[in-house]
Amino acid sequence: MKKSLLLAAALLTSNVNAATVGEQAPHCALTSLNNVPAHFHEYAGKVLYVDFWASWCSSCLQSFPFLNQLAHEFGNQGLHIVGVNLDEQIDDAHAFLAHHPSKFTITNHGGEQCAKSFNVEAMPSSYLIDKHGVIRYIHQGFREGETDELKMQIAKLIAEK
Amino acid sequence: MQRFFYLLICLLILPGCTSISPWERGTLAKEHMSLEPTPIQDSLRSHQYGSREAASGGNSSSGGGCGCY
Repeated sequence: MKKSLLLAAALLTSNVNAATVGEQAPHCALTSLNNVPAHFHEYAGKVLYVDFWASWCSSCLQSFPFLNQLAHEFGNQGLHIVGVNLDEQIDDAHAFLAHHPSKFTITNHGGEQCAKSFNVEAMPSSYLIDKHGVIRYIHQGFREGETDELKMQIAKLIAEK
Repeated sequence: MQRFFYLLICLLILPGCTSISPWERGTLAKEHMSLEPTPIQDSLRSHQYGSREAASGGNSSSGGGCGCY
């Protein structure tokens, strides 16, 4: 009985910090590449697309043109994209961005803590956060065939008040 | 006594196993960390070997250590 209770407690506490759909997005103290603080609460009233990426992740490389396209297409309509870099060596991120420039905010400090708060389980992982700071959509990985669904979700959140 | 010795070795090795977060796989994702650095070449070689010997198997698992989706 005691063992069962301990097991149940362990299972219950294991995902206690996981960011799930319908919950408020965790607070992350991030800093952008040009050392400007990028806190999520600054984007209140905007739809936020948080993408966790790293230079060594091939799917992240594939997702960059799509994210640039999103920034171009929805940037004026109230979408803000934050690419949270998780490279252990920051030079790797700089080298990646030199070859694959981004049209959205890239952060390179505080990413690991943020990934822990969001309980990132795969690379890349994307979180769509609505105008009230609530996580509305979680997407793991990147495949060409899933971009339409992502766009539809973004358009839906932008249209909300 | 010998059994105890092997068990002791296993117990000493076990703490070396650890799970890593998805964002900590940068080093594992490097090409030289792959079990098969040349996957296409190895696949062709394995196919040839299977055709010649009429047997297959005994190869390492393919894929890199990136763990990306």
